[in-house]
Amino acid sequence: MPNYSYPPMENRRVIGKRITRLDGVEKSSGKAKYNSDVRPAGTIHAVGVFSPHAHARVKSVDTSAAERAPGFAAVSVVAKPGTEVNWAGQEIAFVAADTEERARDAASLIKVEYEVLPHLVREENLAKAGVRGKPAGEQVTGDPDAAFAAAGTVSHEAEYGIPVITHCCLEPHGQVVAWDGAANQIKYWPSTQTVSAVGGDLAKQLELPATNIHVHQDHIGGGFGSKFQSDVWGAEAARLSKKAGGKPVKLYLDRREELTIAGVRPSVFGKVKLSANASGELTGWDSTTWMTGGFAGGGLNADLLPYVFRNVANRRINHTAVSTNCGTSRAWRAPNHPQVCYITCAAMEDLAAKMKMDPVEFFLKNVDKTARAGTYRGQIMKAAEMIGWKKNWKPRGSSPGTVKRGLGLAVGTWGGAGHASQCRATINPDGSAVVEIGSQDLGTGTRTIIVQVAAETYGLPMNAITLKLGDNMYPASGASGGSTTVGGVSASTRKATVNALDKLFAAVAPSLGVPAEQLEAVDSKIQVKGNPAKSMAWKAACGKLGVSAIVETGANDPRNPMGLTTGGVGGCQMADVSVDVETGVVKLNKIVAVQDIGLVINPKTADSQVYGGIIMGICAALYEERVMDEMTGRFVNADMEFYKLAGAGDIGEIDVQFEITPDNDKRGVIGLGEPATVPTIAAIANAVANAIGVRPPVLPLTAKNVLNALHNTTRRLA
Amino acid sequence: MSSKKKPEQELQAVRTSGFSRRGFLGTASATAGAVGGGLLEQPAQAAPPAGIMGPGEIEITLTINGKATPVKVEPRTTLLDACRERLEITGAKRVCDRGTCGACTMLVNGKTVYACTALAVDMTGKKIETIESLTAGGKAHPIVPAFANHDAQQCGYCTPGMVMASKGLLDQTPNPTYEQVKAGLGGNLCRCGTYVGIRKAVLDAAKELRANGARKNGGSNA
Repeated sequence: MPNYSYPPMENRRVIGKRITRLDGVEKSSGKAKYNSDVRPAGTIHAVGVFSPHAHARVKSVDTSAAERAPGFAAVSVVAKPGTEVNWAGQEIAFVAADTEERARDAASLIKVEYEVLPHLVREENLAKAGVRGKPAGEQVTGDPDAAFAAAGTVSHEAEYGIPVITHCCLEPHGQVVAWDGAANQIKYWPSTQTVSAVGGDLAKQLELPATNIHVHQDHIGGGFGSKFQSDVWGAEAARLSKKAGGKPVKLYLDRREELTIAGVRPSVFGKVKLSANASGELTGWDSTTWMTGGFAGGGLNADLLPYVFRNVANRRINHTAVSTNCGTSRAWRAPNHPQVCYITCAAMEDLAAKMKMDPVEFFLKNVDKTARAGTYRGQIMKAAEMIGWKKNWKPRGSSPGTVKRGLGLAVGTWGGAGHASQCRATINPDGSAVVEIGSQDLGTGTRTIIVQVAAETYGLPMNAITLKLGDNMYPASGASGGSTTVGGVSASTRKATVNALDKLFAAVAPSLGVPAEQLEAVDSKIQVKGNPAKSMAWKAACGKLGVSAIVETGANDPRNPMGLTTGGVGGCQMADVSVDVETGVVKLNKIVAVQDIGLVINPKTADSQVYGGIIMGICAALYEERVMDEMTGRFVNADMEFYKLAGAGDIGEIDVQFEITPDNDKRGVIGLGEPATVPTIAAIANAVANAIGVRPPVLPLTAKNVLNALHNTTRRLA
Repeated sequence: MSSKKKPEQELQAVRTSGFSRRGFLGTASATAGAVGGGLLEQPAQAAPPAGIMGPGEIEITLTINGKATPVKVEPRTTLLDACRERLEITGAKRVCDRGTCGACTMLVNGKTVYACTALAVDMTGKKIETIESLTAGGKAHPIVPAFANHDAQQCGYCTPGMVMASKGLLDQTPNPTYEQVKAGLGGNLCRCGTYVGIRKAVLDAAKELRANGARKNGGSNA
């Protein structure tokens, strides 16, 4: 069995170094080609017709005028008469024409008659949900009522909520696709988080063998969990291509469509009762939560409550999923966690305030109720030091003046172990080295870390490695979700390259007069271990292969990752905000993050993942909200003017601290994209409550919600 | 609406119904001020102004990155769509398509412009710079490597617009303060959260540009 373990930290030449991402200049020069930039010869354009009604039955679809429109190429009706549409934005038909402008003209000529039916689009008032709410069944551990009633107990009961937010990928969902009907072969350029699997998903929709579909993608403009499927628009674009004689069809959602139907994060609303004994140890938890993931979307895993502080002895959990006539939820960076983190950490901060305890003390007092007490204790103390908690924190509501400053904290956790991944490593007799992997670089730096691993194994500079990814002709690798990619592709690359190198050692060993096991690859040479004098240059060594290349594979098996990757991290963040109590405007001064981490392949791109996670959290805490209009049943701010994201001046300063230590390194590679986004919302919300003296229960922390809280005019949830 | 009408007539009706921005742009005149005028009047009732183009395609010539570039567009075609769909100039991205996010930022006569809200027919005779100009001739503008070095990009879809906005800022304000960088990039949005690197990259590129300028001046004086 070859030794796949990484060299000791101190001996690494490439892994662990702050390497600039390989496709950095390609992206910053505008040369990077996304699939929405792809335009094969003869490309025609398709657009969709979507239901304007949140709930309706399609009575008729008349495409005859569209078919006579200038430039018309093909039309495809998705919602045949009789179809019940369940959200505004559900797909009705798609039409292709020679230009996008003319496709839009043609689409505007498609006449659809609907029988409009009653809808439910808002979930924050559970009482109004009626039969649309599906309770999950009560779960009780211990005796929460007795805990609340025990002598000396302090309890706090309050409401909290986070609205539905959208992924808002900058590159919209869509694809270019060409279906050669005669050969029954499809070329497919989607915007996807899973190059290896999305072709199979499309094949299923089209009832074709998966092998007939060739997927290629060099770059993707954001996914965040929403781009795993081929979707209705993928299948319809393919069908239009076939109808149009195999011409490539380009079909990307416009911004309104993207926000409305291409994925959202479920909301959460709830009432929480939390208790502690006189010394501040948590004794009881009782939560009734509800949420919506759209008409048939995923739920929220309320079993994660209370979050992180799992071992509260007495708990009662009630949860209801509400089916609404809204676009369907999809996985959204760290599914469930930011919401349950907010519910838990906000309730804890509120109880600490009621008990007149410093929340840092309160959280520290309860770290024993978590699965990693030592980690959280160290992180909370470190973060407190970074943000100057002792000096800057004041009891809730005691900040003077009209611009009040507050501090808040929260903790989070995530898995992040590597997914199933396969890699093929080729060493050619001319010395060239190729790594092939059916993965994708979401902008996390996947390309760069794969090449770092290969270069480390071979003792070669990174520019000696040719990496091929982003195509389903390469060995299958998992979807990029759940922060599983870095662990998966690094492990499979390490194994494939070690396997290939062992073959090279075997070919070279006779010339160097030692057994293959005594060889190592260092500084572009194959040499006898520790003896540079007895060596052969890499290229000369590869020359010993004669005419046959070495082709070896390596796979990461998540059930047996062999120490190369693992999961399970904790993290702590603290926020420093200023709130103008006259205008309600929240200004973020600073966020500090202490992030648990495993073996770090590239600290530079790792930093970026944490910055990105935190900034997405800032957006959700301060700005993001899908606003559904009760009357029309539509998503009224489905654009980037009124669906707000943070800009370069809105994020304050961000200070990130990793725990890169030999002990953590031994855990192997752990994904980082998700854990860093979990605690941000709760940390900011707690800082705002600390600043202004009251809790704005429902996010985002817009001026309206802050002023409503200050003036006690917040609408009750139910 | 009767289905016996010719598609063109029906399109006209759809376009003038007042709800579709693209439809509205479809009948906009190529003369300056058409958009502003059209918003105040009922386009269907207004007398056609002189010099009206379209509604079909017409050939115009745009000056893109110093090169006279003929292109066939409809009067409603935006500068962005003309570049992306008709000229294979795909660096600028279409994201919000409504002048909010800045992913399509170009420089027109030296000023930053959202190419999704500029009509191609209005751009004739103007100097259009796209991100492709920053690496023309094999030499990169310092803002390009600065973005890479500071890891100021993840998915990279906002990046071309962010880079062009940065260039526009540095052209106007060669020595920006940190606060000016934050404000100057306020018209561009990123979803991955790359602002930390972007802010550093712009300050770094400004330094590099000033150093280049100093070297050049020093050289010519010597």
